[in-house]
Amino acid sequence: MKLKSSDITPEEVYLSRRRFIKQAGVVGAGLFLAACDRQDPSSSGHQPPPKPGKTEANKDELGNRLTSYAAISSYNNFYEFTTSKEDVAVMAADFKTSPWSVEVGGLVRKKRLFDLNELISKFGEEERIYRMRCVEGWSMVIPWLGFSLRSLLKEVEPLSKAKYVKFTSIYDPDQLPGQKGGGYTWPYVEGLRLDEAVHELTLLATGLYGKPLLPQSGAPIRLVVPWKYGFKSIKSIVRIDLVEEMPTSLWMRAAPDQYGFFANINPEVPHPRWTQSTERRIGEVRRRRTLPFNGYEEAVGIYKGMDLERFF
Amino acid sequence: MRRRQYDFFKIAVHVAALVPLAALLYDAASGRLGFDPIREITFRTGRDALVLLILSLACTPANRFFGFRAAIRVRRALGVYAFVYAALHFLTFVALDYGFDVSLIVEAIVEKPFAIVGFTAFLTLIPLVVTSTNGWKKRLGRNWKRLHRVVYLTAILVIVHFTWAAKQDYAEPLTYGAVVLVLLLSRVRLKAKSGGEGGI
Repeated sequence: MKLKSSDITPEEVYLSRRRFIKQAGVVGAGLFLAACDRQDPSSSGHQPPPKPGKTEANKDELGNRLTSYAAISSYNNFYEFTTSKEDVAVMAADFKTSPWSVEVGGLVRKKRLFDLNELISKFGEEERIYRMRCVEGWSMVIPWLGFSLRSLLKEVEPLSKAKYVKFTSIYDPDQLPGQKGGGYTWPYVEGLRLDEAVHELTLLATGLYGKPLLPQSGAPIRLVVPWKYGFKSIKSIVRIDLVEEMPTSLWMRAAPDQYGFFANINPEVPHPRWTQSTERRIGEVRRRRTLPFNGYEEAVGIYKGMDLERFF
Repeated sequence: MRRRQYDFFKIAVHVAALVPLAALLYDAASGRLGFDPIREITFRTGRDALVLLILSLACTPANRFFGFRAAIRVRRALGVYAFVYAALHFLTFVALDYGFDVSLIVEAIVEKPFAIVGFTAFLTLIPLVVTSTNGWKKRLGRNWKRLHRVVYLTAILVIVHFTWAAKQDYAEPLTYGAVVLVLLLSRVRLKAKSGGEGGI
């Protein structure tokens, strides 16, 4: 199926659908789950729940409320620590994120090692509220702090041969016990096509909720590509290379039939284990319809004429 | 004295079978189900149903090989509890997760074929639960045992469902699968020993 920008659900249709789905909600289910909100689950953990900093807004551009800082900081997929979402925060508590540097190289005119603080002072931190949609069928609304990847790429001057950007996470099995096994090829690798990488929405995040990233969220620097499934948004980056060939990501290697290179959020492309047509926003009971490209119509233009079902 | 001991055992089994449900309700009421409570409820009820199903399958070999006769007295109850948790698991899917929205449910099932396998397993339990009373047992005579061997199929379907649903970590479903395999193989030996008149 080819996706035209007109195929994206207009906001008012989407919202009225939401209202309908909400009203069709089950009373019993609501009552049962209402009890779940009473206590903040993170307060039963070992540490006091982290306190959020200030944000500039409390809604995204579609009017979705921010997911709580407690949820963002306690419900994490970070297999380098553990496959248990609820245990990542505790296991990542002592992860060393300073000093930290990012090596930018490959097909660029000006290869360089950047210290994290230098990146932040050079490119600044602006707030971007993005929806994060996990391939597992849940989602959050997160106020990131960071800068556009394109600013960094401009700085290093990619050569004309460069077609893709390859990102590599930290490899340190002593600190990251998950890297000792699990059947994955560590370190975590992800990639973007150059036009995706220089898209204005593509963010290198260094913070969220007005504070530096916590280890469980991919500290100290991570990628955020809001129109792609969450696994594309690689955490704790130590290397960025401009390359000619399409990089093979960790998930493409692990299960190529399930995880494609593009991984654009697409309710029309089913996944064998998780519903992709709907999602559950963390903190909500009723499911929401998943929007093509996660509602980021700005990104659609990149894929003009591409078969999005074949290149999933 | 023997009789009373058996009764005590039966009561203990009933209580134990209800503990996971009580824990689930307590955790729900006190906000201990994490940030995606529906996922947690789905997982727990499914796992509990499988554990109870395995326990019900373990009763016959426990009696045959270890002389644990009391097990036979709780076999049916364990099977019925497996069904109760399976029903909760199914209800969590259609009611809590999908709010009885038929079109969403149909889409979800088409997208996730393992849901069909799980649903089929659930369906196979229904005739077994219906005929689990003493009256039906008498009425069906020898056919009761034959009918209730359907539970072997149920167990296999549940393992397929669980393994298919797992992300990349197959250790847990395959461990349960190994246990089910052993319990089913133990029956092959039973049959050979007793000339085709095995238990359930």
